[in-house]
Amino acid sequence: MSTNMSHPRHHILSVLVQNKAGVLARVASLFARRGYNIFSLAVAPTEDPDFSRITIVVDVEGTTLEQIVKQLFKLIEVVRISELDPARSVERELLMATVRSDGEHRGQIVEIANIFEAKVLAVGVNALTLSLEGAPDKLDDFEELLRGYGIVELQRTGRIALPKLDREARVRAVKGKAS
Amino acid sequence: MKITGAEALIKALEMESVDVIFGYPGGCILPAYDPLLKSSIRHILVRHEQGAGHMAEGYAHVTGRPGVAMVTSGPAATNLVTPLCDAYMDSIPMVAITGQVPTTAIGTDAFQECDTVGITRSVTKHNGLVMSADDLPLAIRQAFHIATTGRPGPVLIDIPKDVLQNSMTWHWPTDDEVQASLPGYHPITKGHPRMIKEAAKLILESQRPVLYLGGGVLKARAADVVREIAELLNIPVVTTLMARGAFPDSHPLCLGMPGMHGTAAAVTAMQKSDLLIALGSRFDDRVTGKVAAFAPGAKIIHVDIDPAEQGKVRRPDVPIVGDCKLVSIEILKAIQDLLNGGEKQADILPWRSRVSGWQEQFPLSYEPSAPGAALKPQFCLEQIRDQAPEGTILVSGVGQHQMWASQYWCFDEPYTWVNSGGLGTMGFSVPAAIGAKVGRPDKTVWAIDGDGCFQMTAQELVTASVSNIPIKVGILNNSTLGMVRQWQEMFYSERYSEVNLGGGVPDYVMWAEAMGCVGIRVDSPEEVAPAIEKANSINDRSVVIDFRVEEFEKVFPMVAAGASNDDIILPPSQNERREFLR
Repeated sequence: MSTNMSHPRHHILSVLVQNKAGVLARVASLFARRGYNIFSLAVAPTEDPDFSRITIVVDVEGTTLEQIVKQLFKLIEVVRISELDPARSVERELLMATVRSDGEHRGQIVEIANIFEAKVLAVGVNALTLSLEGAPDKLDDFEELLRGYGIVELQRTGRIALPKLDREARVRAVKGKAS
Repeated sequence: MKITGAEALIKALEMESVDVIFGYPGGCILPAYDPLLKSSIRHILVRHEQGAGHMAEGYAHVTGRPGVAMVTSGPAATNLVTPLCDAYMDSIPMVAITGQVPTTAIGTDAFQECDTVGITRSVTKHNGLVMSADDLPLAIRQAFHIATTGRPGPVLIDIPKDVLQNSMTWHWPTDDEVQASLPGYHPITKGHPRMIKEAAKLILESQRPVLYLGGGVLKARAADVVREIAELLNIPVVTTLMARGAFPDSHPLCLGMPGMHGTAAAVTAMQKSDLLIALGSRFDDRVTGKVAAFAPGAKIIHVDIDPAEQGKVRRPDVPIVGDCKLVSIEILKAIQDLLNGGEKQADILPWRSRVSGWQEQFPLSYEPSAPGAALKPQFCLEQIRDQAPEGTILVSGVGQHQMWASQYWCFDEPYTWVNSGGLGTMGFSVPAAIGAKVGRPDKTVWAIDGDGCFQMTAQELVTASVSNIPIKVGILNNSTLGMVRQWQEMFYSERYSEVNLGGGVPDYVMWAEAMGCVGIRVDSPEEVAPAIEKANSINDRSVVIDFRVEEFEKVFPMVAAGASNDDIILPPSQNERREFLR
């Protein structure tokens, strides 16, 4: 995984699988065997506990993506694959970072955290642990700014994504929420 | 009714109409061998687990039914990896049952423990570890369903010893339950109607069509309907290594095998074609040569049950995902509809005569051996072919002998040719031939082997003797790893490295006899026919003929690895006619 966030050719695959032992290993070994690169991967059960959703971000050219999808679909436990167009989907990722923060810098770091609406999870004598949830490029910017203060440890979850609702559904959802 | 997991396993196999298991018992699979004593299923005790796997493949090849191999955990499971991979590459339906250490011991590096499911994940269509005896019947039903539907392939079920020992309540899952348990598995069998129409139109318009048949034609049992299409429109046919026999070699439209060692006519017809009708074939590198230079003027109709084959190597103009037989029936219907509606097929007579010209000018050929000189392997094959009883099944290993067998045999019926195509597994021949003979005891089974291959799996002839499965083995013995030697001669300036197997040993006649077979040694051309006649007359035990053949013989034609099919290397005697291949 790289933290370089300029990836114009990235594709998000949302893969619905049967929630069974070894499915993730099957998906991962398929990528390894056929020489495909995983940029990031996140997996968790869905609303139906019989199924999990694996969100895989891959960096590829068009023809290879078609092969990846077809090969993935050959796995017996893969139920559905949707390719999410980054422009038509909402992506989220979680970042946690412990940053060096002696004396004078602590205020600056907290200020950055506030601007980004990050949370301070823990405060130590010389360090702060922060968390930020948001769109991946927002996390990139946050990470970049923290780097100047000295990152002790940093962990990102890899992104998860869902398709954006179309306008009609979106409006209805907002209305539903308001009433 | 309460029964043990082991009893449930054997009962489930019986429910799946399994009539034979190729296997080898051991610690963790032991419980399964007890109920086998009172089962109707025949068990064939092999001498090495790899043999069990290849026998299951040979059985599946000739019967169309899934072959079953059952072995224990650890080293037995790892010995099964090669046949599983072989079956995966060649889409052979096969179910493998492996024992596993008890559930409580999994992950502790217990005696004979290995991560069988992890190791075999990439060489099976599907695999799984069964953690409860109650799950066994469904696991077995799923395994057979997955192995035999869609693109066939091997499925492995790993069963811990305590799962076999525990008791369970028998329940045989219904079709609906099986379907519901596999929400992600829905093979597409029926082709898209619009694509089928499009294909029919292209076929009638084509002036230089070629039917490019692959193993899928045999898997789908589509040979008859494909022949109807070919004969209706007089389209020349090539049959790949996996499809030999799918269309009769003796048929005037048959150009034989394409590819690296294909006939000049088959290779060139594909190169010059304007439409390749690919049925159950996968544009393997051994067929296409350099992909960028492959059949440059051809449109492609690609019928394959595996969507991932569409566009994997060559982008088709008309992709049709579906079962080869169902789709071919629909294409034939669509063609007939067009013809009945007044459409005419393009004039393909000029193409036919060009293709026949290539066939006449460039037949398979070799130089007969000079008096007193060593035997020619091709001559031995021709003699076996000419004396073979009708319906003989030919099985081969991998290497020069395999290519000569494919080239010089005359395959006129489907399911009479068994070989390892995709993986190229040396040592395949003897065990696969035994499996084929078990599947078709009514037929004569000839295994053609190289001396290198034979030394890898010959011990299974003991299985053949003890279990009374008489096969015939013809070793084309050149004391050399012939194909490697050929490449070293042609592409490494005759720098021969580690290809000499040491002429004098083993003594194949003594070896054969030690294994309970009849051994015959043949040194000269006059001895060939009588030896084969003798072999064909012996039916109560296996026969091994050691044909001492010319060491320096090469397989021609040849397209060098990575070269364009246009640069086919002809036998030296045909080189001067090269320009006729235009």
